[in-house]
Amino acid sequence: MTAQSTDHEATITTTSLRRAVALAERPSRPSALSTTLTFGWRALLKIKHVPEQLFDVLVSPVIFTLMFTYLFGGALAGSTTAYIQFLLPGILVQTIVIVTVYTGYTLNTDITKGVFDRFRSLPIWRPAPIVGALLGDTVRYSIASVMTIALGLLIGFRPEGGVVGVVLGVLLLLVFAFALSWIFTILGLLLRTPNAVMGVSMMVLMPLTFASNIFVDPSTMPAALQRFVDINPVSHLVTAVRGLMAGQPDAGEIVWVLVASVVLTAVLGPITMHLYRTRH
Amino acid sequence: MSELAVEATGLVKHFTTRKQVTKAVDGIDLQIPTGSVFGLLGPNGAGKTTVVRMLATLLRPDGGSARVLGHDVVSDADAVRGAVGLTGQYASVDEDLTGTENLLMLARLYGFSGVAARQRVEGLLEAFSLSDAGARQVKTYSGGMRRRIDLAASLVLAPRVLFLDEPTTGLDPRSRNQVWDIVRVLVADGATVLLTTQYLEEADQLADRISVIDHGRVIAEGTSTELKQSVGQGAVALRLADAGQRAVAAAVVEKVLGSEPTLPTDPYALTARVPDDGGDAVAALLPALSEAGIAVPEFSLGQPSLDEVFLTLTGKPLPDDAGTETAGDAPRAEEVSR
Repeated sequence: MTAQSTDHEATITTTSLRRAVALAERPSRPSALSTTLTFGWRALLKIKHVPEQLFDVLVSPVIFTLMFTYLFGGALAGSTTAYIQFLLPGILVQTIVIVTVYTGYTLNTDITKGVFDRFRSLPIWRPAPIVGALLGDTVRYSIASVMTIALGLLIGFRPEGGVVGVVLGVLLLLVFAFALSWIFTILGLLLRTPNAVMGVSMMVLMPLTFASNIFVDPSTMPAALQRFVDINPVSHLVTAVRGLMAGQPDAGEIVWVLVASVVLTAVLGPITMHLYRTRH
Repeated sequence: MSELAVEATGLVKHFTTRKQVTKAVDGIDLQIPTGSVFGLLGPNGAGKTTVVRMLATLLRPDGGSARVLGHDVVSDADAVRGAVGLTGQYASVDEDLTGTENLLMLARLYGFSGVAARQRVEGLLEAFSLSDAGARQVKTYSGGMRRRIDLAASLVLAPRVLFLDEPTTGLDPRSRNQVWDIVRVLVADGATVLLTTQYLEEADQLADRISVIDHGRVIAEGTSTELKQSVGQGAVALRLADAGQRAVAAAVVEKVLGSEPTLPTDPYALTARVPDDGGDAVAALLPALSEAGIAVPEFSLGQPSLDEVFLTLTGKPLPDDAGTETAGDAPRAEEVSR
């Protein structure tokens, strides 16, 4: 029997089909690391094929940096040059924190499109698709960080901490972003549509980024707001990153951020995996 | 060892939406012999996809048990995953990646190393006539190409059991025939296929045995022929040369077959049900008509269609729109209703 014909381009023959499907030797099961890296590779391919997703990542920090520096910089800090030293580490944190939302968005898109079930039907280490995606996202965060810092350098950001301070600041930020992403993987698994994930996530993130010490020194804020800013994890992260980049690392805040990252991952990672396993 | 590739006993799955419990699957038994094609036939929302998702380890049953190639789908889920391939609206490829990248990713996830993975992927793309499209993003593919890459994706590990969830929904007839041909080749080579469909013709064409399901329950099971016979022997349809002879012809038919003929609006046409064990009577019909001097240029003996089977079993026809839904809409509607 020959399955000839159909679409002008498509000719499928029994023999070639048999040959292609037949498998002399089944490969052995790949390691957890190897499957995780394969999913990381997928995330990078998506950046390559859908570069638009980087657009959001790059445009918002550019707009925020330029707007705040030139509109408010003089009024807030006396001069734009003085303000950019204060603002840039904060903008960097805001950018990356907001980009973590895409982790949930992407995961939910996979679910909606059915890709997710293909992965779940594979005989692989179960967390691999999610951990791999988070690793891939880290590359996206790095690109966003490099762009933001490059823009800052262009308009007068001169970090006292030098290259080492800046790199350590970015690394600390990436660690926290990885941990924070678990919130959005949970939302991605719980909510029905990718847009719902975006909406809910932004509602959470807007107050966290604005009611913080990213843009201004909180000492002029009303007492109640100050208390919120003080417990806001984003403020701790900003202080830690700022300290590293300014060459005056604040050990207490750095430890706070690292501990928070471990706690977030330890609590939210298993919740994510539970939802992943039981979702229908 | 048992010759059953898939065996399910009393499978149950409930979904709760706003405190309302829907019995998506309400006690389904299946026995699918190795090397056969088994069809799950039913309308939208009958529970077909839910059954497949439980067998493919994507959903945990709320009751009952199932084994695939001897592996329990709950306690030995990983072994099941290593042995089955899944294609359907729920198990898709990534539209943003190219065809080659999709297959390469799966090959690596199944454990093929660099060169072996590439060879495997090239062979599959070529066999599925997708070599030229390999470098293009899947979202640019036509419906038929899309379904072929989905099928190729489920064959990367040469699974011995293949679950095809509505494999031809939304395809044009040519692409549909192509998918059917692929399934036939795989089965000829020893694969076991579980196929869900809303298309009666598809079940009729491909499946060795069919379970008709409705509201999460099996309402009939058997070969396509058995199912049709359960409804009755079928019907004869006559077309006369002279419309004026219809009354006489009707009298002859009633006498020979023992069942009252129906007279369609077409004045030349005449149909009558064949009673059980009516084979001899049918054979006697044409000579009897000829003896009465009635010319019959057209005579046909038809088995009842699966449409009629469904009507008889459930008391309601298959929904007319069964075939027209697009691949994207049907499953989501089902999902929302959970």
